[in-house]
Amino acid sequence: MSVEASGATAAIHAAGPVREPGSRARRSTRFVLPIYTGMVIVYLMLPILVMILYGFNDSSPKRVSFTWEGFTTQWYVHLFAIPDLTTAIKNSLFIATVSTIIATILGTLMGLALVRYRYRGRQSTDFVLFMNIAAPEIVLGASLLSLFVTLGVPRGILTIVIAHVMFNIAYVAITVRARLSGFDRSVEEAAQDLGAGPFATFTRVTLPLIWPGVLAGALLAFALSIDDFIITNFNAGSVVTFPLWVYGAVKLGIPPQVFVMGTLIFMGGAVIAVVNVLAQRRKN
Amino acid sequence: MNAAVSRMDGSPPQAPKARAGRVLAPYLLTLPGGLWLLVFFLVPMLIMTSVSLQTGSLEEGFRLTWHFRTYLDVVSRYHAQFVRSLIYGSIASFATLVVSYPVAYWIAFRGGRHKTTYLLLLLLPFFVSFVIRTLAWEFILADDGILLGTLKHLHLIPQSFRLLATSTAVISGIAYNFLPFMALPLYVALEKIDRSVVEAARDLYANRSQVFWRVIFPLSIPGVFAGFLLTFVPAVGDYVNASILGGTNTVMIGNIIQLQFLQNFHYPVAAALSFILMAGLLIGIFAYARVLGARSIEEYV
Repeated sequence: MSVEASGATAAIHAAGPVREPGSRARRSTRFVLPIYTGMVIVYLMLPILVMILYGFNDSSPKRVSFTWEGFTTQWYVHLFAIPDLTTAIKNSLFIATVSTIIATILGTLMGLALVRYRYRGRQSTDFVLFMNIAAPEIVLGASLLSLFVTLGVPRGILTIVIAHVMFNIAYVAITVRARLSGFDRSVEEAAQDLGAGPFATFTRVTLPLIWPGVLAGALLAFALSIDDFIITNFNAGSVVTFPLWVYGAVKLGIPPQVFVMGTLIFMGGAVIAVVNVLAQRRKN
Repeated sequence: MNAAVSRMDGSPPQAPKARAGRVLAPYLLTLPGGLWLLVFFLVPMLIMTSVSLQTGSLEEGFRLTWHFRTYLDVVSRYHAQFVRSLIYGSIASFATLVVSYPVAYWIAFRGGRHKTTYLLLLLLPFFVSFVIRTLAWEFILADDGILLGTLKHLHLIPQSFRLLATSTAVISGIAYNFLPFMALPLYVALEKIDRSVVEAARDLYANRSQVFWRVIFPLSIPGVFAGFLLTFVPAVGDYVNASILGGTNTVMIGNIIQLQFLQNFHYPVAAALSFILMAGLLIGIFAYARVLGARSIEEYV
């Protein structure tokens, strides 16, 4: 970095002295970037607004129409009126919960090993995690299905959980590692010097210290699991999760409840994120 | 790299038992997750490769016959979809770079106390399911939808104008969905830049465009590469955008793999296609890692 930087500075030297940028030009362009940023954020929000809005559209219960038919809250009241959709959302919540718990435990242990020890195989572990994140989802899904097909494993909830844990371990491990990089080992050693066994040291000292990282990893894993479509689609068999149900309904027509559920999930996630940001700000 | 280094951690010579525990600890911690990844990530890659060389049918079963012809067949049948996926992925990634760079720059350099809030706003789309986000774009871009319906009503565009089922719709859907993957690494890279270097350039009479193009942009290159990788790879393998926003002329390789695997049950064909996709992207990722070091990309994941 320093080499690049000095190269850049040298290049500017070579360019010779240039006149000081006028302060008038500065004033007129000062608002360009903030306005542009605002526009990009509006663009990012656009589909979300559409989703929230069409959850209130008084259209046919079978299929949301593009045209606005008037305001209604009945889809919130009849949120669970479509049994298949309700089953799908229940499946999604169950799979996300179970796979998050498993992936968080396995990923946290891995993250701990990567931060705290230099050992043979550390680099290959690092590399496998990197590959797991970098590989396209469709290849992860297709290869796992190849395994299940070859072994004759019937696809269902179990295979979906296996798949979700598989793609979440790396995310948890990397999140935990990132939050742990400034970890002070001497605290643990102090606990051990004071007579705490390895288990007591872990539960009373290590775990409280790494807890924020573990929680962040778990939240990420839950979000990735509940939203996953491609890998799940390959390994679901006849089991339907929320994203799979929505995708299947695209050709037949989307009932308004889909947008209502999307809105509720969005609100839940947004509330957690905002609370998190506020908590961090208070700490600072 | 092993015992010697673990001593260098600063641990004093200990009883043999404790030292053995120290040496074993990282392996015990890595083992459960490592096994899971071995069995459900690495081994399946090999099995997929083996499936791609098998022949047979769903009813009679598949046997490994080292049938390399499948590869020639799929390349000659689906090269158009491969090329299209690469083109869509490149255009979409480049578009996200151009759109999100100024945003990342502004947040990193001018965000002030509210940086976290702005970043959170960039991430908000992730709280909506990927499929629903794409579906919402279908509502916006449909022939009589929110955008085109309104414009047609005002006679600003001809009645026959359409966006759905065109490559524009698919590429913009992909670009929308993966934009935060580009914006975040860019932000991280820009945020890391030492402000005194920028100051130094100003003191040496560089004007604003020189400061940007000769100091800031070169220093943000690792973020550009990481962002490009993180958007390009999922973009090339995606089939949700192509199937919801696209039509028969916008079929991507992901659509074919999905169709052959899940509907036609032509496992060897689908596995061969996946293998080619994976190998192609792997070579690209390795080239990246060689140029920049795997860690430098990982830092931004």
